[in-house]
Amino acid sequence: MQQRAPIEEQIDLPFVESLRISFQSLKIRFGRSIITTAGITLGIAFLVSVWTNNEIGLALQESGRQSTINTFEDTTETGISTKDIWLIIMSLIVCVVGIANSMLMAVTERFREIGTMKCLGALDGFVVRLFLLESGFQGFSGALIGALIGTLGAVLLGLKDYGLDLFFYFPLLPAQPEDGTMRLGVIVIILLGCILGMILAVIGSSFPAWRAAKLPPAEAMRTEV
Amino acid sequence: MADIVVKTEDVVKEYRMGSNILRALDGINIEIERGEYISLMGPSGSGKSTLFNMIGALDQPTEGQVYIDGQNMSQLSQRQIAAFRCHRVGYIFQSYNLLPVRSAHGNVTLPLIFAGMPEKQRNERAEKLLDMVGLGDRMYHLPDELSGGQCQRVAIARALANDPSIILADEPTANLDTITGREIIDLIKRLNREQGVTVISATHDLKMLDVSDRIVDIRDGLVERVRNRDEIEIEVGDVGGEHDGDAGAHD
Ligand SMILES: Nc1ncnc2c1ncn2[C@@H]1O[C@H](COP(=O)(O)OP(=O)(O)OP(=O)(O)O)[C@@H](O)[C@H]1O
Ligand SMILES: [Mg+2]
Repeated sequence: MQQRAPIEEQIDLPFVESLRISFQSLKIRFGRSIITTAGITLGIAFLVSVWTNNEIGLALQESGRQSTINTFEDTTETGISTKDIWLIIMSLIVCVVGIANSMLMAVTERFREIGTMKCLGALDGFVVRLFLLESGFQGFSGALIGALIGTLGAVLLGLKDYGLDLFFYFPLLPAQPEDGTMRLGVIVIILLGCILGMILAVIGSSFPAWRAAKLPPAEAMRTEV
Repeated sequence: MADIVVKTEDVVKEYRMGSNILRALDGINIEIERGEYISLMGPSGSGKSTLFNMIGALDQPTEGQVYIDGQNMSQLSQRQIAAFRCHRVGYIFQSYNLLPVRSAHGNVTLPLIFAGMPEKQRNERAEKLLDMVGLGDRMYHLPDELSGGQCQRVAIARALANDPSIILADEPTANLDTITGREIIDLIKRLNREQGVTVISATHDLKMLDVSDRIVDIRDGLVERVRNRDEIEIEVGDVGGEHDGDAGAHD
C-alpha cells in the first residue's frame, strides 16, 4: 500500500473551498459569531453616532440655527469644540480596543481548532485565509449595522435638539463651508465607519490566527481557554 | 530484511519555562517496523505524548533526528510537512480533537479536502469510512451530539482518510469506559491487521497490552525497556488474573 516515495509538497486549496469552510464555520457557530459581530457593531455605532452628531451640530450651527439645548461656549475657530474632539477620540479608542478584544477572544478560543487543522494537513496560509474571510465578513456586516444604528441615534438626538430643521440642513454630503474647514458628511462617515470596522476586525482576527498557525500544532492544541 | 518505518536517533526535547529547562525526552532511540503495533507505556509525565508529537511532526525535537520512511523530518519544507501530516499519518487523540463546527462527515472530509480530492469522491470516501467504524447512521451529527466512543470512531475514520501508513494514537481510550475502550482498541487492531497500518499508541491502558506486537516502556524521557509479544502474553495473563479473571482464563 505504501511506498517510499519522497514526500510531496502540500497543494494550495481553491478559493471556493476556503470560502465554503469559513461560511460553514460562521453558520454553525452562529450564536458565537453574533456576539463577536455585536462587539464590532457596538464600537462602530458609538463612533459613528458621536461623529455624526458632531457634524449635525456644526451644520446647523453654520446655518444660523441654535440648538434649543446646547450652547457652544467653548467653540474653537473651526467650530468644533475641544469637548467634541475629545469625545470623538475617546469613541475611536473605545471602538479600536473593543473590536480588537472581541476578535482576539474569538480566535483564542479556536487555537485548538487551528492546531487540529494543521494535523490534518492545513498550510499556515490556509488557516490565516480562513480567519481573514470570516473576520472580513463579520467586520463588514457588523460595521455596516453599527454605522446605521449610530446614524439613526445621531439623527434622533438631532431631532430632539433642532426639531425638523434638522432635515433642511442635514449634512448628508461632503461640504466645504466658507471658513475653509472640511465637512465629511454623513455618507462619508458611514463609509469610513464600515471600512474602519472591517479593517479592525480583519487585523484583530488574522494577526492572532497567524501567530497560532505558526506555532507547532502540539503547542496550539495545548492551549486551553 | 526489516522494513523500518519510524526511526528516532537520540531525540531530545527540552521545554523552557522561564529560567527552568525541563528535559522531557533525554535521548530516545527506537526503530519501528512497518505493520507493527507498538504501545508506548510509562507513568504520567514520562514523555509519551512528547515522543508522539516528535514522531508525528507536531513539534520539533531540540536535538536528534526523526526518520519516517527513511526521510529525515528536519529537512522537510513547510509544505512537505503539511503533506506529510495530511497523507502519511493519522492522528488519534485522547480528547478526540474533532472540529466542533463540522459534522462527523465534515470532519472526515477535511483531510480529503486538504488532499485535493474532488467533492463527489470525498463524500463517498467519508461515507465509506464512517460506515466502517460503525457510524453509518450518525454521519451528519455534530461532535456535540455524539458520545465519547462515537467521537473517537469519527476521529479514527478521519485519521484513515488519506490512507496513512502510520496511525499515531495518544491515549485513545483514556476518556472512555472499559467496554467502549475495548471496542476502540479492537477497531484499531483490526485496521492494523487487515490494512497493515503501523500503529503507535501511547497508553496507560493494560487492555492495549495484548494487542501490541511490542511494548516500549518510557521512563523519565528514556526508553527503559522494550518487550516483545511473547513476553507480553505471559504478563497479560497475570494482569487479567489479578483484575477480574476472565482475560486469564485461557491458559
Ligand atoms: N509544552 C510543554 N511545556 C512545558 N512542559 C511540558 C510541555 N509538554 C510537556 N511538558 C512536560 O514534559 C514532561 C513529559 O510530558 P508528556 O506530556 O510527554 O508526558 P506523558 O507521558 O504523555 O504523560 P501523561 O501520561 O500524563 O499524558 C512532563 O513533565 C510535562 O510537564
Ligand atoms: Mg500524554
